[in-house]
Amino acid sequence: MSGAVVHRARSAALWRLRSAAAPWLCACCAAGVAGALLLILGYVVREGLGAFSLSFLTELPHPVGVAGGGVGNGIVGSLIIVGLAALMAFPVGTLAGIFLASSGWETLVDLVRYLCDVLASIPSIAIGLFAYSLLVEPFGHFSGFSASFAFAVLMLPLIIRTSEAAMRGVSHEIREAAIALGAREHVATLRFVLPAAWPGVVTGLLLAVARVTGETAPLLFTAFGSQFWELNPANPMAELSLQIFTYAISPYRSWHAQAWAGALLLILSVFALSVLARLFLRRSARS
Amino acid sequence: MAGWLFFLAMDLACGLFLLVVGGIFLELLAGSWPSIRAFGLSFLWTSAWDPVAGKFGALPFIYGTLVSSLVAIALAAGVGLLAAIYLAEFAPGWLGAPLGLLIELLAAVPSVVYGLWGLFVLSPIVRSQIGPFLQATLGFLPLFSGPIYGVGMLTAILILVLMIVPTVVAVSRDVLLAVPDIQRESMLALGATRWEVTRRVVLPAARGGIFGACVLALGRAVGETIATTMVIGNRPVISASLFAPGYTLASVIANEFTEATTTVYLGALTELGLLLFVLSLIVNGLARVLLRALSGGLRQA
Repeated sequence: MSGAVVHRARSAALWRLRSAAAPWLCACCAAGVAGALLLILGYVVREGLGAFSLSFLTELPHPVGVAGGGVGNGIVGSLIIVGLAALMAFPVGTLAGIFLASSGWETLVDLVRYLCDVLASIPSIAIGLFAYSLLVEPFGHFSGFSASFAFAVLMLPLIIRTSEAAMRGVSHEIREAAIALGAREHVATLRFVLPAAWPGVVTGLLLAVARVTGETAPLLFTAFGSQFWELNPANPMAELSLQIFTYAISPYRSWHAQAWAGALLLILSVFALSVLARLFLRRSARS
Repeated sequence: MAGWLFFLAMDLACGLFLLVVGGIFLELLAGSWPSIRAFGLSFLWTSAWDPVAGKFGALPFIYGTLVSSLVAIALAAGVGLLAAIYLAEFAPGWLGAPLGLLIELLAAVPSVVYGLWGLFVLSPIVRSQIGPFLQATLGFLPLFSGPIYGVGMLTAILILVLMIVPTVVAVSRDVLLAVPDIQRESMLALGATRWEVTRRVVLPAARGGIFGACVLALGRAVGETIATTMVIGNRPVISASLFAPGYTLASVIANEFTEATTTVYLGALTELGLLLFVLSLIVNGLARVLLRALSGGLRQA
């Protein structure tokens, strides 16, 4: 009997210990995760600032051995490629999202939703292969446009799901009131529900742009890269994250420095986009 | 008239979307046809990768992808879940919210940045510190034998962990915060400690969402290309040692696709892309089935 008492006392002590120790273990993990990530971030900022300058943003890459030079063409190329991708993905994605939110055709809605999840899980390099066989191989040369197409495909699932969620988030009363006042179905959707859902739709677009801005893998065999100011998306184009990759795996010290500066620039732009998206979302939550 | 146009546009958008998803599969299948015809199913379990002799097998790449992503998710899920529990349950308000937001932002850091850091900072540390330490203490295991190059499976796993841990933390934290407070309060009122509340009430209620977070992170690890390519060493060998270089499905495509000359070579690389596609389909499908089982069990409980 005394054995049972001792056992119970011991398990109570163990229980108290566990209740006291578990939060500390969790705190250590959180500190470890945040610390490691901040360490990486701090390192990129330190190395990146060292190579940062105005000419880094505006000039063409210089040949190895010639000091200076920049990634100006890569920045312009990124803007063109991502901009074209957004132009392609936004209308298709938003319309499909509206369809998911307003259609009564359950089988098709379920199928599109399921395929959205599938598309979101396909690795970006496989999407790159798709863009290659569709838009590079038949034309016989790499092009900025094929990269835009790959990016547009990568953006689609995110845009579809966020715009669907935004449309569903608008209360039913708005649609019903519009229809009760004599508005047709599409007028109610376009003139009343969509404006109310707009901030959420824009948030989705911004997040999708942020997602592809750092994407590199599909560019290897679509945009391919370029040493010149290439503004025509029918030709191979430079792109910032691709330049970082090329510079990083090169054997030249000066290129490594440029890679760090490029990484800093890339992080800053992705952060800016994410923060902007969050601000939009907060505004939509308030209104 | 305008209404008719609007509905037509919506249907067209959906049709286009379906066409794209179907097109990806068909294009990949068509592109890999030369390799499928030449090697058949044996492509999956042979490990020769000799472009000169025209012999191709996918086994080293499948092995590299599976080992690197599964070990990475095992580590990231444990650490990430505990960190998310701290942020959602134990951290004071002034710390939890900003830290959570910060980690959410860090989940968006591009993979090429992680690759850059891994190549220039982590792999020298692995070569000079982590590797020798592991070899001195656990060197009797085949896992930690052989020469340490710095780049290799271990470095790739560590980079993948760092990359996917913010995803695990951010999504799990959201899920934990979504558990209604009334459940916590009633358990606390019964005299439970904070940890018991977390363990017995919050975690069971959130397990579906946490599982989803891990699947999301695993998918990211399986498909990760650039960061892995920069640190895994890129050699198609299967080695027991974590210090040895490896190769993944995604990184061999990234490295060799633009240099592939023969049709069979291109086909073999495209077939690796197809495998990657199928692999993510399997992961997603399994996750769906498991999730259904999990939430079914929850409803009974």
